[in-house]
Amino acid sequence: MSSRLKKALRGLAFAALALAAVPSVFSAAAEEAKQQYFPLATFRVGAYASSGIPVWAGEIDYFRYINEVEGGINGVKLFWDECETEWEVEKGVECYERVKAGKDGSPVPIFLPHGDPISKALTEKTVADKIPQITIAYGRTESIDGRVFPYSFPVLFSFWSEASSVINHIAEIEGGKEKLKGLKIATVYHDSPYGKETQVPLDFLAKTYGFENIQIPVPHPGNEQSAQWAKIRQLKPDYVFLRGWGVMTPVAIKTAAKTGFPVDHIIGGIWSGSEEDVRPAGAVGKGYKAVTPFPAGADFEILKKLKANIVDKGLSDLKDPKSFGSVYYNSGVIEAIISVEAIRKAQSKFGNRPVTGEEAQWGLENLKLDEARLKEIGADGLVQPLELSIKDHEGGGAGKILQWDGEKWNIVSNGWVRSDRELLLPLIYERAAAYAKEKGITPRPDVSN
Amino acid sequence: MTALAAPAPPETVESPEVLRRWRVGPLAIAGLVLAFYALGFVVHDYWFNAILIPFLIMALAGLGLNLLTGYAGQASLGTGAFMSVGAFATYNVLLRLPDLPLPVSLVIGGLFGALAGVIFGLPSLRIKGFYLTASTLAAQFFLPWLFNQYGWFSNYTTSGSISAPKLVFLGADLSTPLGRYLLTLTSVVILTWLAWNLVTSQVGRNWMAIRDMDTAAAVAGIPIAFNKLASFAISSFIIAIAGALWAFAYLGTVDARSFDLDRSFTVLFIIIIGGMGSIAGAFIGSAFVILVPILISNVSANLFAGAIDAGQSENLQKILFGALIVYFLIKEPNGLYALLLRARRRLALWPLKS
Repeated sequence: MSSRLKKALRGLAFAALALAAVPSVFSAAAEEAKQQYFPLATFRVGAYASSGIPVWAGEIDYFRYINEVEGGINGVKLFWDECETEWEVEKGVECYERVKAGKDGSPVPIFLPHGDPISKALTEKTVADKIPQITIAYGRTESIDGRVFPYSFPVLFSFWSEASSVINHIAEIEGGKEKLKGLKIATVYHDSPYGKETQVPLDFLAKTYGFENIQIPVPHPGNEQSAQWAKIRQLKPDYVFLRGWGVMTPVAIKTAAKTGFPVDHIIGGIWSGSEEDVRPAGAVGKGYKAVTPFPAGADFEILKKLKANIVDKGLSDLKDPKSFGSVYYNSGVIEAIISVEAIRKAQSKFGNRPVTGEEAQWGLENLKLDEARLKEIGADGLVQPLELSIKDHEGGGAGKILQWDGEKWNIVSNGWVRSDRELLLPLIYERAAAYAKEKGITPRPDVSN
Repeated sequence: MTALAAPAPPETVESPEVLRRWRVGPLAIAGLVLAFYALGFVVHDYWFNAILIPFLIMALAGLGLNLLTGYAGQASLGTGAFMSVGAFATYNVLLRLPDLPLPVSLVIGGLFGALAGVIFGLPSLRIKGFYLTASTLAAQFFLPWLFNQYGWFSNYTTSGSISAPKLVFLGADLSTPLGRYLLTLTSVVILTWLAWNLVTSQVGRNWMAIRDMDTAAAVAGIPIAFNKLASFAISSFIIAIAGALWAFAYLGTVDARSFDLDRSFTVLFIIIIGGMGSIAGAFIGSAFVILVPILISNVSANLFAGAIDAGQSENLQKILFGALIVYFLIKEPNGLYALLLRARRRLALWPLKS
């Protein structure tokens, strides 16, 4: 008898759980929403959690700043919830599907997939649902062409721009682009689609400027690189461009030091350029450089405001105060600024209310952050001047060079190092056109409305 | 003979008696399938894109591996690699031979998978057990590397990713959530039916004989080499189709990373948790491995959002899921399917004995 009762109770418990599990999309209220929903796909567990946690902190802190200090975007406050992806594609897709219908009457303006495979899987789904995805410094390079990829926004800094900026930084050191001729530049890359993505632009730039382009793959995960660095010792390149991922970066720095390659002649890529990448290398990391669209530092005006209004008041999402102003924290702030500005732009056309994905797409494609506007926000120096259009979903294409002093990153480049986008864009458009042909997509006309 | 009064053999997962019992319900199964199709026309996008499609595809991959591991006794960690063969082969067939109808392309993709399975199954003729598992790891490392290394496989896209050309069959556009669901469901129903017939036929009995003791099977006149390779071929065929569906019906765009060792482990866990050597086990296991974390995550999002720190909540969910696996495997080491059979037996006697 008691066991039957137990069973009945258990059944009730399961039923309650099942009810609670019904996605909230069904409860969406029909009434006019006053607040803007902004779902966050996060990875707080899993292999990359340590790099993700400061990103959400930056993002959430900026949203809180908008809500608390500025009273929302033109009075429309933001609210958000999190969905855990573990950086895994199927979890990311599930999150996207869970949140895409909006919440409490507010549509989803922008989705930030935070994961390269997730963003690829969402390429077509976001078009069907008319929700723009912003992928800063990851995602398909060809999606710069908004005529073919209307809802993918690889804003700021693609991998092609990354490669080109590094070459241009080397040219600056050497004293001009003509000095690139005859140099040997080796790219040590993570042997994955991500790592191989810079091969085409580097090949093209090598032909244009006459430097020797050496490509050296490191198999995943890259915790043993003696062979690669022995090869470098033998080939004696002038510079090494390090496109690492995870554990590969500190191991590369350590192995380079062991084989006697000068660390200050290694320039890391975006994903080899955070505190988390270089700190494990220890003392030998001193002098290591990296290119980034996310300059580190807590001196930017907006970071001072965040510190005063959010962090010092105990409202911050940041658990470890040391991360304030780190590359990843700042990347979250930058991403939040761009999202908020896109929503603001969309509001300027469609009214001060929660905007839909389609309206945010217009906002993004007409987004213009010039020096003056960036100063107003307090983000000059933190975010590069940016102008997006249908044909150009990247907009910026410049990075800053950071150098590790053993404790923290310092910006060593003179402002933003621009990439040769005018040279590379035709190649990118060619690839986008090939994709359109393969998929049978008719590109949108390039007319702004 | 009868005087010996041999005790009735314990009812294991694959005992013929159970098989027969499940046979009594072909109508019920047909009804279930119909219901699934009907369901297709009423439910929300979320259910297709996030729940039903991945559940069905992973069940199909589990089914493929179950034929190899659960029925023929050949352990494999190459599932992810065989899925990638299916995805990349189907992609190239769709791209380069656009006139072929979609099902034919899928089958060709599956045949390439079968070929890869046979090649990487060759070591099974000489080695067994853990050693064989280690040798299938070679497939797991070699094949995704191959697809990543040579741009031809991904039609020279810069990101090395592949994306399905338009999914069309008989003029119907299958790229909507409903279309992709029906494509997946139809493939799963057909392949499950084939697998079911296979394991209840002579071939299936041969495989089980080899699994239980290959020397005895050889003595009984079962061609060992042929059957082992056949099990690799058929299992990889099904897995490759699952891979193609994973790439095109579920995700849309993938690269070789989507088929890494983690994927192989997931499929292996599906059959361990669901039940080795049973068709239903693959489905139950897939439901558990794919759906339970989503359920937990939805529950906690609706009940505890804001109340618990987000990072803590995620870790708690992981702990809960792990604890559930441990609990069920202690309750029934033969998997959830065996648990279900036990429950069914008890229910049959229910009013008399609680």
